[in-house]
Amino acid sequence: MSRAPSHPLAIGLLLLAGVAAPLLFPAYTNQVAVLWLMIVFASTWDILGGQMGYNSLGNIFFFGAGMYTSAVVQIGLYYDVGMYTSGARTTHIVFTTAQYFTGFALGTVAAGVAAALLALATSWIVFGLRGPYFAIGTLGVAVAAAELISSWEWVGAAAGISMPVFPGAPDTQKLFFYSLLFGLAVAVLAFLRWLYSTNFGLAINAIRDDEEKAEAMGLYTRRYKRTAWTIAAFFLGIAGAIFGNMTGFIEPRDIAFPTTTFNIFMILMVLLGGKGTFWGPVVGAVVFQIIKEVTWTYFLGWQFVALGLLIVIIVVYFQQGIVGWLMEKYPARFGISAAPKERKESSRTIGLAPHPEGAE
Amino acid sequence: MEQVIGNISVLAAMPIFNLGLLIDGLLVGSIFALAAYGLALVWGVMSVKNLAQGDFIMIGGYITWNLGRLGIDPLLGVPVAMVVLWGIGWVLYRTVISKVITRDLFTSLLATFGIAIVIQQGLNLAFGPDTQSAHANLPTLSFAGGLITIASTRIVGFVLAILLAIAVILFMKKSRMGQAIRATAQDSRAARVLGIDTEKIYSFTFCLNAAICGAAGALVAVVWNVQPFLGTTYSIRLFVIVTAAGFGNLPGVIAAGFGMGVFEQFGGFILGAQFQQALIVLLLLAVLAVRQLQQLRVRQAVQ
Repeated sequence: MSRAPSHPLAIGLLLLAGVAAPLLFPAYTNQVAVLWLMIVFASTWDILGGQMGYNSLGNIFFFGAGMYTSAVVQIGLYYDVGMYTSGARTTHIVFTTAQYFTGFALGTVAAGVAAALLALATSWIVFGLRGPYFAIGTLGVAVAAAELISSWEWVGAAAGISMPVFPGAPDTQKLFFYSLLFGLAVAVLAFLRWLYSTNFGLAINAIRDDEEKAEAMGLYTRRYKRTAWTIAAFFLGIAGAIFGNMTGFIEPRDIAFPTTTFNIFMILMVLLGGKGTFWGPVVGAVVFQIIKEVTWTYFLGWQFVALGLLIVIIVVYFQQGIVGWLMEKYPARFGISAAPKERKESSRTIGLAPHPEGAE
Repeated sequence: MEQVIGNISVLAAMPIFNLGLLIDGLLVGSIFALAAYGLALVWGVMSVKNLAQGDFIMIGGYITWNLGRLGIDPLLGVPVAMVVLWGIGWVLYRTVISKVITRDLFTSLLATFGIAIVIQQGLNLAFGPDTQSAHANLPTLSFAGGLITIASTRIVGFVLAILLAIAVILFMKKSRMGQAIRATAQDSRAARVLGIDTEKIYSFTFCLNAAICGAAGALVAVVWNVQPFLGTTYSIRLFVIVTAAGFGNLPGVIAAGFGMGVFEQFGGFILGAQFQQALIVLLLLAVLAVRQLQQLRVRQAVQ
């Protein structure tokens, strides 16, 4: 949506909601914090899935990798990690306030960097793959990471790691992590907004539309794909570090690499909101989070069945998503002046639309 | 690490153990080959990559286990599971699969992933998360002075899997329906022009695949065990097999199925059982990487 109007109203509403939510509904601070996390998930997934046309099933790998990197850095700065993970269940290890925040800051940075490096390393395996092979390959990376961590004693294996305890009152802790996740979400959205307005955005769109042609036009597609994957990984790594500290306990299968929950939520939110649009992932995340909280409360025990059904229903019957549907309905609001049916192509060719008779 | 080297040296010192692992691997591999053939069939005919394949197997397994609990011989579970899975396959085809065939490949992947989650959670709610196994009261045979032991259930499973595979292959080669399926796989448009009802073929193929999975699942419950969340591992295994062999390559799929069984037995023995799942996934990545190197060579040749 590089040429779209800037939607100042939506941006203002988003920022206002972010600041007001913990003040108005202090009881729901954590839920709203998770909503910001979901927005980060959906928006970073959409870089590859929506804008570049590479549907990954394994983005959660970077989330978990960031989480574990930060844990190892935070603990390793002051204690022996192997001792900590084996002794954490019996002895109480204390971090001073200064130790906690230094470790947390360094750990978060390290998490982003490590996730980005892992993205560069894995890009060699996954980016020769196309379509469903790419999806399965990335899923393989995530599952392999979960399995390997589960049998790695040094980082606590399947039993996980208890993270350093936040030095402060529970309410301060909530607000602290809330502001971090909110800040991260805003940073991601601002960055992506800029990114999609550059030539880089156009290049990854070209890869989505026709990779062979893009290559023939002289785009070095491999470099673009690698960069996009690394960007997504960097933000997901940071998100993992923050979320790991927020929950206070990390474990490979259900928290760090949850391939059937967070991992699939990313894709669902994007599909629900509208693939390949800037606001789609945000709208999808908000709607999905509401649906999820309701089903988790009222269908307890059946929530995952409901989740599976939701996937099938969205995928089969509503793939254009909310924003996609709105764009078809009110194209003018989104700066599209060609016929709505040529939505994908025409949004890029304003002024030289191939079917001028369809222009409004 | 020492343990791994120790295990390797055991294998080197006692060649007879290798034989035991090899036989076990082949017996287990026959079941993989059967289910992988079903996956390749659906993949080839309607280019739907069924990520719920492993979960179909688990349904078949749970049917057999329940029959066993009722005192019915679990080997009778094979036909029952086939019939039930045929029905489930038909319902799923009608409600979901028929609507995603014409869409892009990721859609079918995601839709079947959703089905997989529903099946896993459904089984978990119905039967609990414990590992279950159906016992067919057959003796364990031992050879070479007790150094090789083979559960005779595995031999029965092997024979049944081979018989079923032969039956399916003969059906595909000889029967009118099988020929129509193969014609549709080659070129669905041409098949339609020649008067083949491709919609019916798709439906039949998906049901046939579900039934094959049901049979494989019944055998899995007898020779091994079932658990609601094991399905994903099977799906990945089958995906590895079909990707390594190529979906149009039937002998390749069967050979890769046996290879997978043998690989897993040796890997499990050398590294320890807790690495089994990681091993399968790493094998998937290795297969994808190798395939890519092959492609790279082709691309360079073209350039």
